[in-house]
Amino acid sequence: MSTTHSPYAHGPASVRATMFRVLAALVPALAVLVWYSQGAILLPLVLSSAACLALEAVCLKLRARPWRNDGSALLTAWLLTLCLPVVTPWWLVLTTALIAIVFAKHLYGGLGQNPFNPAMAAFCVAIVAAPGIMAQHLPPHAMSTLEQIRIILGLDAREVLDGIASATPLNALSNALHHDDTHAADFADTLATPLALICAYALGGLWLVRARIIDWRTPLVFLATLFLLATLPWWIAPARYPSPLFHLLHPSTMLAAFFILTDPVTGCTTARGKCLLAACAALIVWLIRSHGAYPDGIAFSVLLMNFCAPFIDLHTQPKAFGHER
Amino acid sequence: MQPAPYSFPGGIHPETHKALTREAAIAPAPLPAQLFVPLQEKGRAPGRIVVRAGERVLKGQKLAEPADALGAAMHAPTSGEVRAIAPHPLAQADGGEGLCAHIVPDGKEEWTPHAPFDLQSATHEAALRHLRDSGIVGLGGAAFPSHIKLGDGHQIHTLVLNGAECEPWITCDERLMREQATAILRGAQILAQLAGAAEIRVGIEDNKPEALAAMEVASAGQANVQVFSVPTRYPAGGEKQLIESLTGIRIPAGRYGPQYGVQCFNVGTAHAVARAIDHGEPLISRVVTLTGAVRRPANVEALIGTPIADLLALAEPENNVTRTLLGGPMMGVALPNLAAPLPKHGNCLIAASDALFPPRPAPSPCIRCTACAQACPQRLQPFELYWFAHARAFDKLARYRLFDCIECGACAWVCPANLPLVDYYRFAKDAIRTQERERRAADSARERFEWRSFRLAREKEEKAARLKARAAETLSQMNNEGAPPDAGSADKQALIAAAVARAAAQKAAAETPPPPTEEPPQP
Repeated sequence: MSTTHSPYAHGPASVRATMFRVLAALVPALAVLVWYSQGAILLPLVLSSAACLALEAVCLKLRARPWRNDGSALLTAWLLTLCLPVVTPWWLVLTTALIAIVFAKHLYGGLGQNPFNPAMAAFCVAIVAAPGIMAQHLPPHAMSTLEQIRIILGLDAREVLDGIASATPLNALSNALHHDDTHAADFADTLATPLALICAYALGGLWLVRARIIDWRTPLVFLATLFLLATLPWWIAPARYPSPLFHLLHPSTMLAAFFILTDPVTGCTTARGKCLLAACAALIVWLIRSHGAYPDGIAFSVLLMNFCAPFIDLHTQPKAFGHER
Repeated sequence: MQPAPYSFPGGIHPETHKALTREAAIAPAPLPAQLFVPLQEKGRAPGRIVVRAGERVLKGQKLAEPADALGAAMHAPTSGEVRAIAPHPLAQADGGEGLCAHIVPDGKEEWTPHAPFDLQSATHEAALRHLRDSGIVGLGGAAFPSHIKLGDGHQIHTLVLNGAECEPWITCDERLMREQATAILRGAQILAQLAGAAEIRVGIEDNKPEALAAMEVASAGQANVQVFSVPTRYPAGGEKQLIESLTGIRIPAGRYGPQYGVQCFNVGTAHAVARAIDHGEPLISRVVTLTGAVRRPANVEALIGTPIADLLALAEPENNVTRTLLGGPMMGVALPNLAAPLPKHGNCLIAASDALFPPRPAPSPCIRCTACAQACPQRLQPFELYWFAHARAFDKLARYRLFDCIECGACAWVCPANLPLVDYYRFAKDAIRTQERERRAADSARERFEWRSFRLAREKEEKAARLKARAAETLSQMNNEGAPPDAGSADKQALIAAAVARAAAQKAAAETPPPPTEEPPQP
């Protein structure tokens, strides 16, 4: 293809700039998590970033493609770090990086060609393969930095955290629902804890909306649908169903709304398709959280909707200019 | 002046770079040493040439008549000698050649006799013919003959006058509006009268407040004229985009304005129409913006056929110029040969340097960010078209309306992956057209073959019928001569006998040399 034809001018946009702005939007959330974990999260962050970048470089080399510092591998690494518990052992961090970059991305042809969100695909493998480890979400300030690092590096033989792990709201809720003895409202106090994190995600996300890097439809429709879906059952049977606020104020909800479902490669491209995809994702999240065996349904929901995206796109094509009627 | 009542989808906001030339008043370009007047418009058949090499021509004298319905005449831009009528490089991207009249000016600028055209007493046909004979074509870029766009004088109710000039760098229309608003509106009134349009709507981008004011002042007292300011957003001056902005009418691809009661003309075209009617002057010059990496950016009134190199030299290009663009950076073409002459649609020359137009970085994979879909004024899905063009899925391209693409370049401008999207669409359109042509050729070959087979079979049948009829005739003759009207076998024997007799007669004739004038024997 010759590039000697019009247009000769080009706007300021680049893939690299886009990716780095998304990374920048994640910085507030990471900062909050650094505070929560007393700095321990920096270890899996560095580990995952280094692994993803190295694997990206190797894959591009093997595929005889030029190395581009387009930021996409780094973004995958950061999303993975945000999804995994801070005290995930190093080998699982590396394994998820391998699955995300090699299996979910480059085996399909690399950037732009992957049908599934690499971070979510890797997260799903981890949650299915190591559900115990993946349940070890710590509440803020629960452990000292050194303790956490020892666990990550496998130096601490303790089978960690039985007491602490279930303290996160979703795990607690899951337990409660299965034992059928606790009122969901009892978790109101645990809600307060990740509020800073939720705000950080929303802040970064809204900045991306404003910068027109992500479409406003996806977060709005996702959050609104989840809210509406959760309201009716909770209103009828508040003892059996968690409140809509609980759904909305969960960090993973915000992460999905602004940073996961908005992935352009694996999502829908048409305006109507984006709305439909976000609404269906909310439905699946609510179903899994309310009735499923896993504490959180975000990753499964995203992957299921990744399956549907091409089909939705195909049937939501807009009418071209002048062909409206 | 009022804001445009409607809007169009998509669009982009590139840096306009118009400050360089928007205060440069139109100055006449000096007479060049030689001219190469193209005798055909972009992509059309050359006209019927009415001058010969060696002939002296006067300014405004007709050089070529339109060859077909889609043509317009070409004229000598100045007086001088026609040195040759020969192929010469044209101002187009492929550097192809076309028939040009090589004229060496004599410097006298001696006009051919010309007179104002009496519009009031002329018929509609005569007026259109006059425009065609004056070589009036769209000066906005398409160079489409104006008389064809006017229709039969009954369909069009609104005439849209395009002064949007949305392409970056170009200011020739802005200058013309600021300096010649009255003449432009006079031309628009003529066009409206010929089109039968009751209303004229002028659209100008709001980054040209002086032009808006000038047109507003000039239109005072003309009740059928409204001047609209259009938000500055490329491609606001696209014909169909401007029609929608001013009238709310959306014209789909493949359809034309008159079917919807509107038609669009560029302000430069309207100005040329006024010259042609009120002064009888054919279209022999136009305003050209000279800009880019030049020491003296300018707007000049240049003769059609002036070599590009001569024009560019007036602006004194910098040393770092790497290529020359004809038209704007969004839809213009890079000229491979500066000996090419200025065509009627040549609105701007940009001396492009790498500093002003950095080379495109290598493209990276599409991430389906849909920035292109948001920028597309035709509401297409450019990234889908790109995937399908890349995969050569031509049937899908048609379904996703590739041929609605106006190649405005907005998608490629916003693409973060730097993909040369428009190049892919041009390639796919070409490939599909070629495929279609080949299919048609194969179809017509097959039809020809089938027709031939049918014709041969029919001729055979007809011959058999003819023979049978003749046999019956012979038979009845013989019967009349007295042979018994017997059964079929008797008929046959009679026929055989007759045939034997004919053969014997032929043999006898062959043995004696036939007279030279004799007809050859019938089979």
